[in-house]
Amino acid sequence: MTTLIILSALGLVVLFSEIFGYKKIVLPFIFAGLVAALAASFIDWNIGKHYLNEMMIVDNYSIAFTVLMIAITIVWFIISPGFFRDQGSRVDHFALIIFALIGAQLLTSFGNMIMLFLAVEILSIPMYILAGSNKSNLASNEAALKYFLMGAFATGFLLFGIALIYGQTGSFNLQQISEALTTQQDGGGVMAVAGVLLIMVGLFFKVSAAPFHFWAPDVYTGAPTEITAFMSTVVKTAAFAGFFRLFATCFSASASIWVNTIMVVSALTIIVGNITAVYQTSFKRMLAYSSIAHAGYMLMAIISLNGYAQQSILFYAVAYSVSSIAAFGILLAVSHITKNDDVASFNGLAKKNPLLAFVTLLAMLSLAGIPPMAGFFAKYYIFTAALQQHYTWLVLIAVLGSLIGVFYYFRVIIALFKNENSAAEIPMTGIYKAALLFISLVALVFGIMPGLLAGLL
Amino acid sequence: MLSVLIFFPFVAALATLIAKENAKRVALGATVIEFALSVWMAMQFNPQGGTQFMVDYWWVPSLGISFKVGMDGISMLLVLLTTFLVPIIILSSFSILKSKISNLPLFYSLILFMQMALVGVFVALDGFLFYIFWELALIPIYLICLMWGGKDRIRITIKFFIYTLVGSLFMLVGLIYLYLQTPGTHTFDIQAFYNLHLSASEQGILFWAFFLAFAIKMPVFPFHTWQPDTYTDAPTPGTMLLSGIMLKMGIYGVIRWLLPVVPMGVNEWGTTAIVLSVIGVVYASCIALVQKDFKRLIAYSSIAHVGLISAGIFSLNLQGMQGGMIQMLSHGINVVGMFFIADIIMSRTNTRNLNELGGIRNVAPTFATYFVIILLASVALPLTNGFIGEFLLINGLYQYNAWMAAVAGLTIILGAVYMLVAYKKITLGEKNKLTETFTDLTSHEKIVMIPLVIMIFAIGIYPKPFLDIAEPSVQNLLNIIHGTILK
Repeated sequence: MTTLIILSALGLVVLFSEIFGYKKIVLPFIFAGLVAALAASFIDWNIGKHYLNEMMIVDNYSIAFTVLMIAITIVWFIISPGFFRDQGSRVDHFALIIFALIGAQLLTSFGNMIMLFLAVEILSIPMYILAGSNKSNLASNEAALKYFLMGAFATGFLLFGIALIYGQTGSFNLQQISEALTTQQDGGGVMAVAGVLLIMVGLFFKVSAAPFHFWAPDVYTGAPTEITAFMSTVVKTAAFAGFFRLFATCFSASASIWVNTIMVVSALTIIVGNITAVYQTSFKRMLAYSSIAHAGYMLMAIISLNGYAQQSILFYAVAYSVSSIAAFGILLAVSHITKNDDVASFNGLAKKNPLLAFVTLLAMLSLAGIPPMAGFFAKYYIFTAALQQHYTWLVLIAVLGSLIGVFYYFRVIIALFKNENSAAEIPMTGIYKAALLFISLVALVFGIMPGLLAGLL
Repeated sequence: MLSVLIFFPFVAALATLIAKENAKRVALGATVIEFALSVWMAMQFNPQGGTQFMVDYWWVPSLGISFKVGMDGISMLLVLLTTFLVPIIILSSFSILKSKISNLPLFYSLILFMQMALVGVFVALDGFLFYIFWELALIPIYLICLMWGGKDRIRITIKFFIYTLVGSLFMLVGLIYLYLQTPGTHTFDIQAFYNLHLSASEQGILFWAFFLAFAIKMPVFPFHTWQPDTYTDAPTPGTMLLSGIMLKMGIYGVIRWLLPVVPMGVNEWGTTAIVLSVIGVVYASCIALVQKDFKRLIAYSSIAHVGLISAGIFSLNLQGMQGGMIQMLSHGINVVGMFFIADIIMSRTNTRNLNELGGIRNVAPTFATYFVIILLASVALPLTNGFIGEFLLINGLYQYNAWMAAVAGLTIILGAVYMLVAYKKITLGEKNKLTETFTDLTSHEKIVMIPLVIMIFAIGIYPKPFLDIAEPSVQNLLNIIHGTILK
């Protein structure tokens, strides 16, 4: 709760900085605020509290995800300092990012359907605006419109679903819904089944699972790279945290009606995401498809419904966010010089930028799921959790998917080490380098000592 | 002690990275120390004593993963092979790639990094740890091939990487499956895997999950297609690592993680594995006969040798297994020598095409002598190391099935044919424009050759110490396997 208050206050302060003219010092202020929020998150660790009539439930699960997302946001603010440097409305965008973070936090800790809906909206609306924040760019405008229309549809589904569930159970409270679903037969009656499925469709849109993923590549490519980085890490993590919280706890009683659907969607997402990523020449678009593929793996955790599932989705979210933000950080640095997003712009970079090559190597190995990186352990957890439920064929598809993944992630590594002397030197500030190195080492450390995270939940 | 043996190369790898100009000396020094350390451990090793130098710490307790390592005779021999070959490989790279390798510190640190992973693979007693080391070995060799390989390296290395990764991922699924079958709070401990009593059909499927990984690594026909290209295209030190040590990971995997874990699966599919191996022997030998590229010829001959080792091991008797052990050592030594010869030829004449060479014996007699020793060892002439291994292997295979042994025995004849033809084309006959200026071995190159030649004769004349190290462990393993099948 303290975290929420700090973040909200920070958002307002940043928003007003334009009016009261303290724009220049706003960035240090943001860092201070985020660090304070991060520290405040730990207050409720191992205590577990309810707020606002159980609208918000803060437990270890939500705290872990909140900490992850705030930490990623801090890194994000370091790697995009030049974020719209030339535009006057820069601080507005910062404020929007912080508001989105508030939505993300709520999405990990809702205890009530209303709060779920509010969280999704608080998270999404700033993102619609930010996707179009490069106003002079046609692709950015297209991305915003597409994202908004698709997002609005998805929210509509979500709301329908919530209404139907309410109709059946007479409550918005997750605890009460869960109890009502357990006592009734057939997954809680027709309305509840329809409701669960509609909510599922809405959330599939949000996490860009196939076949509801078509908006994602265009939006990810069209939006400014900084925003794409935020969308594919913090927003995605939040959406999954919410998805998991709702389905694995509240709807677990009616699991039989939705497990098969998620299983098929998960397999489809892994296949479509990975195979399409192979054909991309743009690094940014490749990351967009790879993020779809990773959504497929994370869906596997949701249907695993066992002791492993919670920690496996947390681990996956950490590994994926950390490696992704590193990848985007590199892309930002490189595309700033080369002025394009192609994989080819990485050609031969290793010679003059050993640090950058090292970070890219670690990030790509982690995304591809090669030991000893965190990405490997994340996949390992997910696969183990799924095998325990005897989803053998799904695991086999996921294994094949990660093999295809190796192919396109390694294209980047290959590009780095190409023998080309024309490659430019990429200038990076000290703190930028430190941030990139730090997060890639985090991905390494969690791979070598997964116990640090594994026993947490 | 054993942890030091595993992680010392890693520390050395970091030191090499920052050593700049002295990188190669640091790397060589470190690997020599590592070798001395392993020899010292071998002296303390008691062959009858089962698994020794055990280290057992929890790594991820919540998942039953531990850092559990230890050495029995089988591990001991392979660790010795690794620590013996790596300094030689590093030493050989001093002369042969002087001009071709930029960024030396990175090159040597990758080799050292790989040594850590290789030693780790050979001593791991926890399934998960084994997998981690197994994969860790792949990354440095991939980077070595990618950064310093030949012209077509990008296509070839990615094929190599994905091919081997396919196998290992299926092995991972197999390992997780076994893990979930272990009683209580699950564990990856190898002893727990040995004590599982799975049904025959489960074991049959698991057999393939593991066999695929190991067969690709070795490689056994028909999973070998990545190998000739990769061996040919990799920089020679990389080829030596791949053929000399890395392929032993596959054979070791079969011995330690396949046969005793799924004995009934082996009982069902072992014949298939032997047939594939024997086909590989004949097939690869036939292809080697028509190769013009010397490096490629060695690559195919390696497939033939490994096929025989694999067949001998799957015959599940003491002779076959022991032959496999000795032949792993011999093959490692001989193939490194062969690739070194190939690289000397390549660096002096700029060609590996057999038809363009000739008459080297006239200008470089010492070179020709070393060449012929290594060559005869690899065609299994008595008194060389190759003979002991192949004799025991074919003996073991004969006990399993006489026809198989007869077909596999062709490798000795075919091997002699293609090797001697190659020798004839390279060293005998008239010298030509390319070979006229061929200089004899430098003293530096001799330093590389001499330990190899010593080992060829040492194992060839008196193999007993090596056989003794492995025998109790091999016997123990066979008891586990046969005990389960009979039950």
